[in-house]
Amino acid sequence: MAEIFAVAIVGSGPAGLSAAARAAALGVSHVLLEKTDHLSDTIYKYQKGKHVMATPSNLVLRSDVDFDAGKRETILGIWDEQIAGHKVNVKYHAEAKAIRGTGDPIPGSIQQIVTRARDGTKSVKEIQRCAPPYAIELTSGETIMAENVILAIGTQGNPNRMRCPGGDLPHVQYQLDDPAEYVDEHIVIVGTGDAGIENARGLAEDPAQRNTVSILNRGTEFPTAKDANVKALLADHEAGKLIVRTESETKSVEPGFITLTTRDGELRIPCDRIIARIGSAPPRLFVEECGIEFSSEDRTAFPKLSPVFESTAPGIFVIGALAGYPLIKHCMNQGHDVIEFINGNTELKPADEPIIAAKFADLPGNRSTDEWLEFLRTRVSILNGMNPLQMREFMLDSTARYFAPGEVIFERNAPGSSLFGIASGSVAVEVNPADPSITIPIEAGSIFGEVGLISGRRRGATIRAAEDTIVVEISRLAALKLQSQVPAAKKAIERISIERQLLQMFGSGLKSEDVAPLVEAAQVQEKRAGEIVVTEGADDKDIFIIRRGSMIVEKQVGDRPVFLSYLPAGSYFGEMAVIDGSARTATVKAAIKSEVIRLPGEGFLELLERNPALRERALKDMAGRRATNAFIESRKGEFSGAVDLYSQTAQFLVDNGIGEATDVLLIDEKLCIGCDNCEKACADSHDGLTRLDREAGKTYAHLHVPTSCRHCEHPHCMADCPPNAIKRGPDGEVFIDETCIGCGNCQRNCPYGVIRMDAKPPKKPSLLQWMLFGSGPGPGEASYSWRKKAAEKEDAPKAKLAIKCDMCSGIEGGPACVRACPTGAAIRVSPDKFLTFTKLTEDVE
Amino acid sequence: MATKVSGTSNTRFKQDERRRDSDHVSFLKHRRFRWLWIALVLSGISIAGFVLIDQEPRPNGGTWYGYTLGTIGLGLIIWLSLLGVRKRRINPGAWSLKAWTSAHVYLGLSLIVIGTLHTGFQIGWNVHTLAYVLMLLVIATGIYGVIVYATLPASLSANRKEMTRAQMLDALTAIDRQLESAAQPLGRADADWVIAALEQDTFHGGALGRLTGRYPRCATARALKGMAGSSGAVDRVIALLEKRRDQLTQIRGALRIRALLEIWLFIHIPLTIALIAALTAHVISVFYYW
Repeated sequence: MAEIFAVAIVGSGPAGLSAAARAAALGVSHVLLEKTDHLSDTIYKYQKGKHVMATPSNLVLRSDVDFDAGKRETILGIWDEQIAGHKVNVKYHAEAKAIRGTGDPIPGSIQQIVTRARDGTKSVKEIQRCAPPYAIELTSGETIMAENVILAIGTQGNPNRMRCPGGDLPHVQYQLDDPAEYVDEHIVIVGTGDAGIENARGLAEDPAQRNTVSILNRGTEFPTAKDANVKALLADHEAGKLIVRTESETKSVEPGFITLTTRDGELRIPCDRIIARIGSAPPRLFVEECGIEFSSEDRTAFPKLSPVFESTAPGIFVIGALAGYPLIKHCMNQGHDVIEFINGNTELKPADEPIIAAKFADLPGNRSTDEWLEFLRTRVSILNGMNPLQMREFMLDSTARYFAPGEVIFERNAPGSSLFGIASGSVAVEVNPADPSITIPIEAGSIFGEVGLISGRRRGATIRAAEDTIVVEISRLAALKLQSQVPAAKKAIERISIERQLLQMFGSGLKSEDVAPLVEAAQVQEKRAGEIVVTEGADDKDIFIIRRGSMIVEKQVGDRPVFLSYLPAGSYFGEMAVIDGSARTATVKAAIKSEVIRLPGEGFLELLERNPALRERALKDMAGRRATNAFIESRKGEFSGAVDLYSQTAQFLVDNGIGEATDVLLIDEKLCIGCDNCEKACADSHDGLTRLDREAGKTYAHLHVPTSCRHCEHPHCMADCPPNAIKRGPDGEVFIDETCIGCGNCQRNCPYGVIRMDAKPPKKPSLLQWMLFGSGPGPGEASYSWRKKAAEKEDAPKAKLAIKCDMCSGIEGGPACVRACPTGAAIRVSPDKFLTFTKLTEDVE
Repeated sequence: MATKVSGTSNTRFKQDERRRDSDHVSFLKHRRFRWLWIALVLSGISIAGFVLIDQEPRPNGGTWYGYTLGTIGLGLIIWLSLLGVRKRRINPGAWSLKAWTSAHVYLGLSLIVIGTLHTGFQIGWNVHTLAYVLMLLVIATGIYGVIVYATLPASLSANRKEMTRAQMLDALTAIDRQLESAAQPLGRADADWVIAALEQDTFHGGALGRLTGRYPRCATARALKGMAGSSGAVDRVIALLEKRRDQLTQIRGALRIRALLEIWLFIHIPLTIALIAALTAHVISVFYYW
């Protein structure tokens, strides 16, 4: 065996190449392993000319390699040049297959790998960790030896491979760079996700290429692809441009031919090239097999790391996206730092030190950053389980704030999905909006604001500081991360939230001791959209609280289900059967993916018996619901048309995602004259680009749901935003701030297709200039050609960023789309107010 | 994640809640016919004034009451014509175009009363009467506009069947592509029918066709009549031609309804400009010959 390197760096993305450059600069013996033939494959695969952003802008770059916002080509060029300049030892075509210690077994250090099969069974594999040096086995069969290993492989993983016989032949490929490259070929695409469909359409686009393109679909549906892509694909199939083969799978591959298993038996067709787009496997299993433990079984969990990025396998370090830092700057800084740490520089402060220090600058009490972090970690009970590195990262997405006695922390009905932890002092909750003097205290160490976090709805009560108070405000993202990293924190938050929800719901002076037995017996259950929670006529006796999501209540009248009402998060149901012992009077099912708290009926009855005031209130609520049901049923006889219209319209709206909306644009097509003034007003209110498409979308009974943001309770777009640029604003709007890097994740994650990627166009000539002299494109969004031409005149090309509705935040008068409608067709509504009989059967004309 | 607590955010919340709570009604019913009532009161007062006030020597535009009515009328006309600017300038200001439209309709109608009383029923061949007649024509086209706005949108929506205009044209292009390949085996005569259908401009027929929805020279309809063969290929082409005809019907339906919704503006607005010119002449001449 040849030399043993001091450091082997796996992966040459921003993190890996920054580490390698540092190692080269310090003269540490090193090797940089890259599986392809070029550096930084993820960025290499960006489309040509893509503008790469450099956020967060307040973070300093600490690396031997330069990086600034710019074109993909420029950045890659600089990196190639500088890596060569530093004389970095790069080894291309080196894909690591396994990493194992070659020293003695480390006593007591055993890695357990839990794999979960589809049927829910678990199997556990144990690996004995061995001391360094590590042997890195490459797919080529070669082995590299190193004292330390830095894993900087990102999270993209490797594409899933074809497993049929012949799947390893050279004409099977997993990527398509340029569809125009291939002519006169029989090409088979495997997989009907968006990637497969886009590849197939690209190859068949130009008939002059004379390719015969088929795409294989295992079933008949296209569950993983976007609707627009599927429609376009089927249209191409109709037009004879390509062939969609449904219920087909590959059986074997040989040069020139492919054999398929289809519904009608086997089929052998000519095939010169196979492009397999069948998803990719996350790198987790590979990482675990290196002896690296993850913080939890959660799919989104990150490896457990020490403050110097060392994993549970001594000598293996994890940095970059795999460690939970998706932004390029973070990655490059970590590459630099980790080499310093390995090289013995333990004094080095992380590059984000000034950012975190600024967060504590305004707090009373002179403490250093580390002391503050430790103060918060030990004082706030849900933070106890975190390590110092996690605590640092946690603090980047959180803020620490001081409040004087009596100062308002948040107000009732303010939007907000952050969670608060009390580090010192205490707060008072104004439980009765009519009388602010009635308060309930929450003590130091505990949390508040969890209802907003879980339900995604507005704050339920005003909270003030009761004394000098220091709280940590944990953003929704940090709170979700915390719950996946620290299971104990998740449990604590869940318990507190159930207790508070019970207290808030039943009000009437209950204390936490009163509801303790119910909290103990409560179960949180997840319900998928459409799942039935309570069935009409059944005689189960549980009671439910909607924790997140929403439910719809239906009753069978005659031969059809009739929509009775919509229940938002925070409501409860099922109490009628418990109180009067009758069978269920209606069916309740989830409108969207939801969570309910299930409480046993007996426990609830006991609580009622002990609290006459509560009993009275429950009976009153019940009478109210009975009246609604009776009203709709009585109407059924007289105006069955109106009830049908109401019921079906409500169902249509729920099917179109209104159930998870907080504020959604609807268009009454009995009034809409198609002038598109709403779109023009939108464009003129927001940098010249419209954020709504009036014509697109579904319509029922003249009620049209255009393509426009619904400001969901739990926004899908927020799920995977690398710079965390998507936020909920002060008026409840979900907006994208200026740190957007244009990655397009939100656009892909939005199920309603309301986010567009576009560059901000230059300013238009004024309205007066247009009216008098006809200069410029006039009101509304300028045509693409005008924008392109005008942008070319300006020097700096602008990046395509994500844009979406912000509910005209900061614009006097509110949403321009509604204000600009000349006939009153455009309305913005919230489901809890709009899904009622009166509103849906209103005579608008 | 700011949970910003500020005065402005609270007002905005109240404003948003009002919007979400508000009734959902058309511009005609806006605020329980607020502008209809205002227009009726304005007209009522004008008529009462006309009847009760003794105008010397006889009621006409030159008495002090006549001047008052004229000034109100002129002010209204100028304000009403500014709707065109208003609808193109959304910000700044917390106003709603629906309220403006509502006021425009009802106050515009009240001009029939105010304008007529201002003439003192003196009609002649002069610039004054020209202005009056232009005003009535503008109002008449406006009434047509209100009627189509109230009656046509539902049919526009029904004709659309959840398709956007771009999708309708895309669907036609898709059918055309299929037609082209399906027509390859046809004989010369039949193929010519198909070629004629494919080559015809989708938007032929001019303004008349657009407004009436009648396209007597439609090559697709002619092809359907003319196709003579009876092979399998001909049947396929006929089926596609029928699809093409249906798609054209939808596109033409959309064009027709939109044309009916917009045509009056091509008269209403130039007439308004002419009216303002005539009014200027009217006012200047009145003061010149004071």
